[in-house]
Amino acid sequence: MKKLINDVDTVVADALRGMEAALSDRLRFDHENKVILRKDAPKQGKVGLVSGGGSGHEPMHGGFVGLGMLDAACAGEVFTSPVPDQMMAATAAVDGGAGVLHIVKNYTGDVMNFDMAAEMVAEAEGVRVESIVTNDDVAVQDSLYTAGRRGVGVTVLLEKIVGAAAEQGRDLDALLELAKKVNGGGRSMGVALTSCTVPSAGEPTFSLEEDEMELGIGIHGEPGRERVKLGSAREVAGMLVEAILADLDFTGSPVIAFVNGLGATPLLEQYLMYGEIARILEGNGITIARNLVGSYMTSLDMAGLSVTLLQADDDIVKLWDAPVNTPGLRWGC
Amino acid sequence: MSTLDAQLMANWMADLHGVIDVNAKMLTDLDRQIGDADHGSNMARGMKAVAALDAGNFDSAAAYLKKVGMTLVSTVGGAAGPLYGTFLLRFASALPADGELTANQFAVALSAGIDGVKARGKAEEGDKTLVDTLEPALRAFEEAASGGSDLADSLSAAASAAAEGRDATIPLIARKGRASYLGDRSRDHQDPGATSMAMVIESAARTLS
Repeated sequence: MKKLINDVDTVVADALRGMEAALSDRLRFDHENKVILRKDAPKQGKVGLVSGGGSGHEPMHGGFVGLGMLDAACAGEVFTSPVPDQMMAATAAVDGGAGVLHIVKNYTGDVMNFDMAAEMVAEAEGVRVESIVTNDDVAVQDSLYTAGRRGVGVTVLLEKIVGAAAEQGRDLDALLELAKKVNGGGRSMGVALTSCTVPSAGEPTFSLEEDEMELGIGIHGEPGRERVKLGSAREVAGMLVEAILADLDFTGSPVIAFVNGLGATPLLEQYLMYGEIARILEGNGITIARNLVGSYMTSLDMAGLSVTLLQADDDIVKLWDAPVNTPGLRWGC
Repeated sequence: MSTLDAQLMANWMADLHGVIDVNAKMLTDLDRQIGDADHGSNMARGMKAVAALDAGNFDSAAAYLKKVGMTLVSTVGGAAGPLYGTFLLRFASALPADGELTANQFAVALSAGIDGVKARGKAEEGDKTLVDTLEPALRAFEEAASGGSDLADSLSAAASAAAEGRDATIPLIARKGRASYLGDRSRDHQDPGATSMAMVIESAARTLS
């Protein structure tokens, strides 16, 4: 393992100190609870948006705290859910009297810890908490016999869109409805060319031969649908888009197309892949209203990428275009 | 006859701490095969925090066990933290006041703890989770108790059934938790959560009678 760290046991704490050194002009850090907060939180009358999850996916979620996105993010250990104490601290800190929305990716640990936090903070502080659980990964086919589809790329788009709506002053019920619409209208599929290496494990989570790729990879190195021969960019783009379009009809409205690097795939390849994907979508009669290309939801040092398509009506496009100012995403201000 | 108080519950947790510590590597190895290779280290970290609690600071068994549950939720993380935490919180809430502890009273508490786990994890028996240890243990306990067995004998029956339930997870295909993403590939592996939960019941049988 070759990593720029001091101690595997303090990777997350050390990284949060570094984030604070870089970003303390606009973010506040609760190191005891490993919570990253907007400096101006809580904003009176605004619904607070809290997300969180295991570390190792940066810039998600801490890098999406700021104007027009999250109010707070809880950082768990690498690939490990945060605990309810962290979520309770974050929720109490961002409640401006209008309630708090938890944005949770569908993983067993994350869902249970956020559930407990919501129950406990409602009881202890009287804060109204609602939750949206994202589950957009089409690689998990049979939700009846599994923990269900994983929350992946749609989470980033949802934090941007619902964050903009919260900034406009929409109430908790309206935000929850919007969040459900975004989650329901988004689908993702990923591919890995190499494994990632979890610092505490010290070795790659899995191994792929030089000419293999894992189709349908999760963001923690969970297995995908199948291990297949590596193809050209054109062929891989075809496989990813095909899996998404087979799951949901995207011809009815324009889409936001999101190509997300998983950590070690250069932007050169990500743009190359975006070109292939845009061509395939055009061939299927699908209009791209907006796009996002870059490494926004990573899996440590994994090479590979994911594609997310989101049905985008006028409201969603307007919210997408609204100003955002976070370390990971910034435009319009 | 056992006398229910914080110290009795602390004896249970102290025994469990020792067992989890000795078996932490084995639990992590089981988790490496179908999960994310941290169940033993997570449980050991949680039980170490529990062992640091002083039973003398709690005025009842229920108060002590509730603190144990909250401590596990805060320190174990992952899915095991909420599941073990919920189990002990609900178990504690259903305990009678300190004093005599009968087999029937214990059955009520155990049943409440299991209901909590099932509600939290939305798992049923057969999903290859710790529920596969708990449900057979409860059935065996209730059968023994209704047949007139005392707490010690009922717990002993429960511990045997828990171990059988743990072993019975080996051929199952996981339908909950991270192992479920493996589908058929989760077969022929013993579930780590069912394994640690069997230790909880076995430890109760050693210490609560």
